[in-house]
Amino acid sequence: MQWETVIGLEVHTQLATRSKIFSGSSTAFGAAPNTQASAVDIALPGVLPVLNRSAVECAIKFGLAIGATLNRVNVFDRKNYFYPDLPKGYQISQLAKPIVKGGALKIQVGDSERTIHLTRAHMEEDAGKSLHEDFHGMSGIDLNRAGTPLLEIVSEPEMRSSAEAVAYARALHTLVTWIGICDGNMQEGSFRVDANVSVRPVGQAEFGTRREIKNLNSFRFLQQAIDYEIRWQIETLEDGGRIEQATVLFDPDSGETRMMRSKEDAHDYRYFPDPDLLPVKLDDAWIEAVRAALPELPAAMQTRFQRDYGVSAYDAAVLTGSRALAAYFEAAAQQSGQPKLAANWVMGELAAALNKAELDIAASPVSAAQLGALISRIQDGTLSGKLAKQVFEGLWEGAGEVDAIIEARGLRQMSDSGELEKIVDDVLAANPKSVEEFRAGKDKAFNALVGQVMKASRGRANPAQVNELLKARLQ
Amino acid sequence: MSDTSLSALAAQLAGKQVSSRELAQTYLDRIAALNPSLNAFITVDADKTLAEAAAADALIAAGKNGPLTGVPIAHKDIFCTDGWLTTCGSKMLHNFVAPYDAHVIQRFKAAGMPSLGKTNMDEFAMGSSNETSYFGAVKNPWDPARVPGGSSGGAAACVAARMAPAATGTDTGGSIRQPAAFTGITGLKPTYGLVSRYGMIAFASSLDQAGPMAPSAEDCALLLNVMTGFDPNDSTSLDREKEDYTRDLDQPLAGLRVGLPKEFFAEGLNHDVATAVDAAIAELKRLGATTVGISLANSKLAIPVYYVLAPAEASSNLSRFDGVRYGYRAPDYASLDDMYCKTRAQGFGAEVKRRILIGAYVLSHGYYDAYYLQAQKIRRLIADDFGAAFEACDVILGPTAPGTAFKLGEKSGDPVEMYLNDLYTIPANLAGLPGMSLPCGFDSQGLPIGLQLVGNYFSEAKMLNVAHQYQRATDWHTRVPTHL
Repeated sequence: MQWETVIGLEVHTQLATRSKIFSGSSTAFGAAPNTQASAVDIALPGVLPVLNRSAVECAIKFGLAIGATLNRVNVFDRKNYFYPDLPKGYQISQLAKPIVKGGALKIQVGDSERTIHLTRAHMEEDAGKSLHEDFHGMSGIDLNRAGTPLLEIVSEPEMRSSAEAVAYARALHTLVTWIGICDGNMQEGSFRVDANVSVRPVGQAEFGTRREIKNLNSFRFLQQAIDYEIRWQIETLEDGGRIEQATVLFDPDSGETRMMRSKEDAHDYRYFPDPDLLPVKLDDAWIEAVRAALPELPAAMQTRFQRDYGVSAYDAAVLTGSRALAAYFEAAAQQSGQPKLAANWVMGELAAALNKAELDIAASPVSAAQLGALISRIQDGTLSGKLAKQVFEGLWEGAGEVDAIIEARGLRQMSDSGELEKIVDDVLAANPKSVEEFRAGKDKAFNALVGQVMKASRGRANPAQVNELLKARLQ
Repeated sequence: MSDTSLSALAAQLAGKQVSSRELAQTYLDRIAALNPSLNAFITVDADKTLAEAAAADALIAAGKNGPLTGVPIAHKDIFCTDGWLTTCGSKMLHNFVAPYDAHVIQRFKAAGMPSLGKTNMDEFAMGSSNETSYFGAVKNPWDPARVPGGSSGGAAACVAARMAPAATGTDTGGSIRQPAAFTGITGLKPTYGLVSRYGMIAFASSLDQAGPMAPSAEDCALLLNVMTGFDPNDSTSLDREKEDYTRDLDQPLAGLRVGLPKEFFAEGLNHDVATAVDAAIAELKRLGATTVGISLANSKLAIPVYYVLAPAEASSNLSRFDGVRYGYRAPDYASLDDMYCKTRAQGFGAEVKRRILIGAYVLSHGYYDAYYLQAQKIRRLIADDFGAAFEACDVILGPTAPGTAFKLGEKSGDPVEMYLNDLYTIPANLAGLPGMSLPCGFDSQGLPIGLQLVGNYFSEAKMLNVAHQYQRATDWHTRVPTHL
């Protein structure tokens, strides 16, 4: 039987506010346990939540960025359950009236583009952490994270493969970091993905029973977990079994998913509107002020790059992989006046070097201005591509500016034809055998002579010029 | 002390006829003498009280005193008080020393008013008799065999017995007004949002409101001046200009339109209470008021609505008492779930558990619409009734409670019978309106009777004016139990 996979993602993004969503405590990561937990965060008797407006602004930004409908009257609900890292015994969330409804995100998988629709996105507070090691059989509770603002972003079940799911998660990651509402740090849990996965026979209209894979904190794990889950579900069904709705965890070590709880264990969360918080109304002025502060979005920038810089759709998508990358490219393109060359260098030499050094574009040792200057020197004939790579290495090592490196290392392409003619004559005189072979019809001998000339010029000769001169001499 | 009104005490302090320390000591002595029999206080800490009084004396000496500086006050044990045991009347918090001050406590401290201690209350403010307190029932100073009402029963009893010149209370369904009525004192529940709830241990967030309890309306006005004001730490706190609640006390009542809801004078009302309320109406008419018959048709649904909404909120508000971070934790348990179950089974009393169960039930999947949502709709109708009524009148008047103080144990076996005590007080909470109770006589057994006023939003000054004019013409509020 042919099977079709259906995937929907729920992504918890930590909003990049300085303080928590309902208290003034810092949201900074990595502090000693419980040092960033105020009376409100630890839910002392009598304390009350006060909404952080910048968390709402982050949510508005997101809604605007995906073309969603913004709920004008926002109600916070209490989701009630007991767990030691949930100090109040309830999580403040949004059930009935999420701030963001609908919207869509374009994703690129290989050469094809797809649009994934979003169901909703709502604001809520994060829980603390339970620490199960080093407490002699007991558990420790760290409430530093309790109350950190989250935007839970829920997609429609429109993805049909792990590749699409990863592409969607990546596009979402790009967007939330692009608009500055999330730092995107997956290791620190700033961007956590839950994947709802089901399979159904191709052609069947209704969905199969889904299982939810919780808390995936890398794109690689997302892909592996979904792939495993798909295989497991298909095998189970083909063996005559049935899928039970469940929540599962992915174990990166074994590469397998395992059951966390079944539907029967599901809580009744007894949601109701939080009487401690008044509804938050979004008026036009607030929304428009947030809109005015939004940067140009990746989709708009891709269109513009294709139109203004003549780069391909694929290249435009790569170059807008992050706001920093796009800004880098654009600066290098404008500096050099050579956008296509700039695109090639950014996606080629620079990307490879950054990748090798495991550096982010923001930490690139070669600045966009330097790369632009380098490209200008290729364009004006000062550098060949090969020489340019040597200059790039110099830039990477911090050896100075482009022209200084060219001078210091003698990398200027030879423009004096007299000097080159002398080298050519010397090479011909020193390699009579190759000259003879060439005349006997061996083309390879010609290449050997070109190589000798380039070598004698220490790479500074213009290869086209060398070809021309050699041909003229030998004919 | 002959005159223990707050204005008189403040004048004596300002005139240096008495120091705050001396005054505090006088009350501490009376507490020491009477508390063993009345059980009005859970915590008394003379050293802390006297230190605060000494600080008040320093302010007075430096000429930095405000209107009530140096006047001591007792606080309901629902308010978190920095360094004080704050129990909320529960075993669950029997060992909880608050590390911060509730907003209300901050304000009284800022006003230079020393705390005489923490008063007894029904556990988590759930009760109408003060019998649900983990620290034992409070006795009514007028008859120690009777309850003082609840949940602010300790506050009411300590003021009635003059163990404190005044006290703070909280009112979710009548918890200031009903005990005020049962003990012959004056108590006011302000408009919802006027007094910050920050640091006041939550029972039902959308209904809870703190207010003053004292012998007279004038005292309450002075206390309200201290308690009210915007607090950015409470999102439901109202950001409005500060008022002087004493400003209209001396206005004449000529032209005042008093609304008499027929539902508050229907069957079930004790005869002596009805007679006393009628006499009070006659007195107000004599002072220039006119009466108008009104109807609050949906108020008959107030009790069922309240016993859906308040437990719903409470079931969630009380989830934080889980034994993990503070308060009581069961000594023996086998697992996390077992720890939760035993801690909450042992830490909460029967009435609290009953309400948590009701609340969890009405919020549960499949029942939410039928109970919680329906109750919210009726709540709106009840508020609309008041809105229509205030087109025709300036203040609504009726009995505070259907009867007078009942005997200890008399109603504790029947929760519904107990709940009916709040029949007349609950509608104001559901609508968020201000309400007050003031003494208007005694029944045939010599027990105080309370008169309730309910005003429109932010009409506290008007209500206090009515009450003050009534108290200038009567002396019920000056009566104290003679046997004490």
